[in-house]
Amino acid sequence: MTTAKAASIILAKELRLEFRTRELLTATVIFALVVVVLFSFAFDPTAAESRRYGPGLLWIAFLFAGSLMLNPSFAREQNNETLDALRMAPISSFAILLGKILANFIFMSLAELALVPVFAVLYNLSLAGIVWRLILVLVLGTLGLTVTGTVFSAVSAHARMRELLLPLLLLPLLTPLLIAAVESTASLFAEQPALDRTWLAFLAGFDIVFLTASWLLCDHLLAE
Amino acid sequence: MPASIGVSFHNVEKRFGSLAALRGVSLEIRAGEFVALLGPNGAGKTTLLRMAALLMSPTRGAVQFTSSEAAVNDRVRAQAIVLRPEQLIGLVGHSTLLYDELTAAENLTLFARLYALDKIADTVATALDDCGLATRAGSLVRTFSRGMRQRLAIARALLHQPSVILLDEPAAGLDRQGLAWFSARLARLKADGCTVLMSIHARNESLDLATRAVALAGGRVEHDSGSAGDPRVLLAALRREQ
Repeated sequence: MTTAKAASIILAKELRLEFRTRELLTATVIFALVVVVLFSFAFDPTAAESRRYGPGLLWIAFLFAGSLMLNPSFAREQNNETLDALRMAPISSFAILLGKILANFIFMSLAELALVPVFAVLYNLSLAGIVWRLILVLVLGTLGLTVTGTVFSAVSAHARMRELLLPLLLLPLLTPLLIAAVESTASLFAEQPALDRTWLAFLAGFDIVFLTASWLLCDHLLAE
Repeated sequence: MPASIGVSFHNVEKRFGSLAALRGVSLEIRAGEFVALLGPNGAGKTTLLRMAALLMSPTRGAVQFTSSEAAVNDRVRAQAIVLRPEQLIGLVGHSTLLYDELTAAENLTLFARLYALDKIADTVATALDDCGLATRAGSLVRTFSRGMRQRLAIARALLHQPSVILLDEPAAGLDRQGLAWFSARLARLKADGCTVLMSIHARNESLDLATRAVALAGGRVEHDSGSAGDPRVLLAALRREQ
């Protein structure tokens, strides 16, 4: 069986499980919305301040929501040791990881889909004319977040204090990605919106590097 | 019919930090043998089974799969044994290895797809019917009793018709009816030439199928009735212990 086919089976399983329980999506969306709403009321920003600080707040909300969402990705395979059953199937370890990365990417994208319009309204920022460019930045940033987060979810799944371990491992590693994502988003919300190609290339490079690393290390990541 | 595959443990040692779970275990389990693994808690039975399931690597030594003479002559099968032994292994572990939030049919369908089985709907329906859960095919596994989960776990492990079947306390949670079904299922597998390694604490009728008994203690093989020996002496000792 090809890796793509096996990953699609894992992806379908992840989507079915999540849309049946909606545990992760509900908690993540609510958490991210609370962060954005609280900041907007706490600072009551002007248009200029929103353009300056808004992108940072938006990505902080995504980061916190991602930490919340990514942690159970492998941890819930521990309940009935279902990861053992997946590892025993004649599929590559990367297919398991890829299926989960894709599922987490979809969940994060759905959360962002709910969050970005609310953010734009609360911070008085117009999305007109920048929607497609913003989607490009969000896709690249979210992909980096989910690839790294899913990998570290696998690493921390066996740990006793995994809820604490994942953010500790994840945050330092994601700092360059977050800087690039915030800068790219800020250039889109500027008075003269423009797509910063340097930061965009950095985001794409980050995604490629970590996706390649996860492919190379997947056997070790999922080993007992 | 599944191919006949044996399992060899060559001086296998497994350490978890300073704890030695297995200390130089050497066992040659021939294709088609039905081996009862006996021993107290912490003897190393589960570790041995997890190594045979390729879920764990030995700290020292090696685990190998060997094919019978008939299978050796089949080059494709012989290559499959070397390249993808997981296709040939079925495991019933301590946990059910099932997703609680999927239905019984969805669980089996998922694994049938991962094993790239043919006629998935028919295969799943047959497996559910065989384990007596056909009427609960659409029920979530979390609504099942312990015994029903165990029957489904056994059905999942046998779905792809493995040649090597690893059973870790498989009778846990099964009622008398479930035990009878399980024993009959094991008898069919034995007749088909499957190799079975079954760790067991409590005496039950499925043990009568064993052709060999191996007792582990402290990570070592304490007694082995051998391939040509009589397992009944060791099994009688288990009966006396209870």
